[in-house]
Amino acid sequence: MSTALLIEQLLNGLQLGVMLFLMAAGLTLIFGVMGLINLAHGSFYMAGAFACATVAAATGSFWIGLIASLIAAAAAGAIVEMAVIRRLYERDHLDQVLATFALILIFSEGTRWLFGSFPLYLDIPPLLQGAVPLPGGGQYQLYRLAIIGVGIVVAIGLYLLISRTRLGMRIRAGESDREMIAALGVDISTLYTVVFALGAALAGLAGALVGALQSVQVGMGEPVLILAFVVIVIGGIGSIKGALFGAVLVGVVDTMGRFLLPQALSLVLPPSQTALISGALASMLIYIVMALILAFRPTGLFAAQP
Amino acid sequence: MRQTVTREAITNAGLALLLLVVPLAASVMDEPFYVTLATRIAVLALAAVGLNIALGLGGLVSFGHAAFFGLGGYAAGILATHAFNAEPLFLGIPATTSMPAIWLVAVVVCGLVALPIGAISLRTSGVYFIMITLAFAQMIYYFAISWPAYGGQDGLSIYVRNTFPGVNTAQPLPFFLICYALLLLGLALFWALSGSRFGAALHAARQNATRLAAVGIAPFNIRLTAFAISAMITGLAGALFADLNRFTSPSMLSWHMSGELIVLIILGGKGRLFGPVAGAMLYVLFEFALGGITERWQLFLGLILLGVVLFARGGLMGLVAGKERYG
Repeated sequence: MSTALLIEQLLNGLQLGVMLFLMAAGLTLIFGVMGLINLAHGSFYMAGAFACATVAAATGSFWIGLIASLIAAAAAGAIVEMAVIRRLYERDHLDQVLATFALILIFSEGTRWLFGSFPLYLDIPPLLQGAVPLPGGGQYQLYRLAIIGVGIVVAIGLYLLISRTRLGMRIRAGESDREMIAALGVDISTLYTVVFALGAALAGLAGALVGALQSVQVGMGEPVLILAFVVIVIGGIGSIKGALFGAVLVGVVDTMGRFLLPQALSLVLPPSQTALISGALASMLIYIVMALILAFRPTGLFAAQP
Repeated sequence: MRQTVTREAITNAGLALLLLVVPLAASVMDEPFYVTLATRIAVLALAAVGLNIALGLGGLVSFGHAAFFGLGGYAAGILATHAFNAEPLFLGIPATTSMPAIWLVAVVVCGLVALPIGAISLRTSGVYFIMITLAFAQMIYYFAISWPAYGGQDGLSIYVRNTFPGVNTAQPLPFFLICYALLLLGLALFWALSGSRFGAALHAARQNATRLAAVGIAPFNIRLTAFAISAMITGLAGALFADLNRFTSPSMLSWHMSGELIVLIILGGKGRLFGPVAGAMLYVLFEFALGGITERWQLFLGLILLGVVLFARGGLMGLVAGKERYG
């Protein structure tokens, strides 16, 4: 096992973690401010990817597609919030789960209706094609590095937004006492729509960025959504810091598990069983980590005060 | 308790009778398809009756009951495959195609798996509980996909439907009657549980866990027991579902399945004895009717579901049988 390979896998884990952060940040923000569990968050991820792929194919520019993905996902988020989600804030979590589950069915079938069942493809923009050399030999895809960069920029941006701006102040106030900030004259329903659209836009951005690495297809948001749930459960629901930490942890543990487990098990097991057991174990690893963390910290690592 | 016949009791009896008479008539008219449709309703209803114990009585929104549904299915699939190939299971234990034995295995396995999952998940509540049960089900789903010995992603075919002593299970009607009888048993268990001391404690744990603890009953133990019983019934339904389709696949374990089970309960009416039955009827008929008209039936299912959640709280039982009565 060379150092270059190890670094490459670590970076892959980091890149996965950054994508998960973009998803989890929106989910955790929406839960923190509105107390809503949103299963349809994966649909915004998908919407962003489809918008990016369609616009990029029409205009020939990935960058215009990227902007389109942000706009499309934010618009979808705002519309869904105003039409459906708004009626769910006062309901229990079961109703929220069901209504957003229904939204997934509508989004997935609607997208399949509009775009067909065949996956779309999105090319990496010319500016970011190619690779950069890694220390210790080997190369790493520039585009993946750029994704990590975007994630870091978004994390800093979110931090500044929440800690330094008036909107952020309202979001924090909304997290600690919903009724009170409404009583103080903040237009709470607009604030909710803005927060929901912001979360949706982050998910759309994640979808568009990943769309260039994988194919853009219906249902692409669901595996990411469930990983994002694991992330925010580990990090503590409602905590952006927790989402960042949890996302990187899940990304790295998942990637390194798939990479290192076969090698570790091959030391103790015959080769015929190594692939079998390590494959099964690696796919379960993050859930085991989640279970362990929850066994000791039932509200996650960085839980906001209940 | 008043001994008057309530609207709910009449509705329940009507639903039970309807689910029995339609397949009997279909069988007489030589329409085996409708018998199979009714079997599907009975099996899905049984799975939802299981979930209804945790979700309806205990207020535990498990978004991972597909795990138990799928485990039951795999119990049937794996035992049947071993028996078909005449391979012993492990340690020389022979496999079997006898349904009662398979059911026992499914129920025991689900109970054993539900205990650790429940013990960890029940340390949390609310949204955490929803997401953690979902994550555990996903863990089992990925395990099934990445374990090639039993079909991996492709699933596992059951070449000949498993047997029940004295009954020809290959015929649709006898198999329906088995499933129907088990559904009635499941409903009877739900009813007995709901009215028992244990059920009272479970209701109390849902309504006010602190008070329950104050009178000296630990909510955790009550909830864990309910979660395990709930998982076992859903697992039994899973074994039947595998036999119905003669196929077990990871899709039985997928989170869409967990969602569907919750949908069945909400369509019918949460916490109501016959809620899952009404929900399963409605769901399977939607699927059948809409599926006949358009390939995109899930879109319309989503719209209907959204309408039910937003505007028709209480589900079908709420509409037909009126509000839930206590005492």
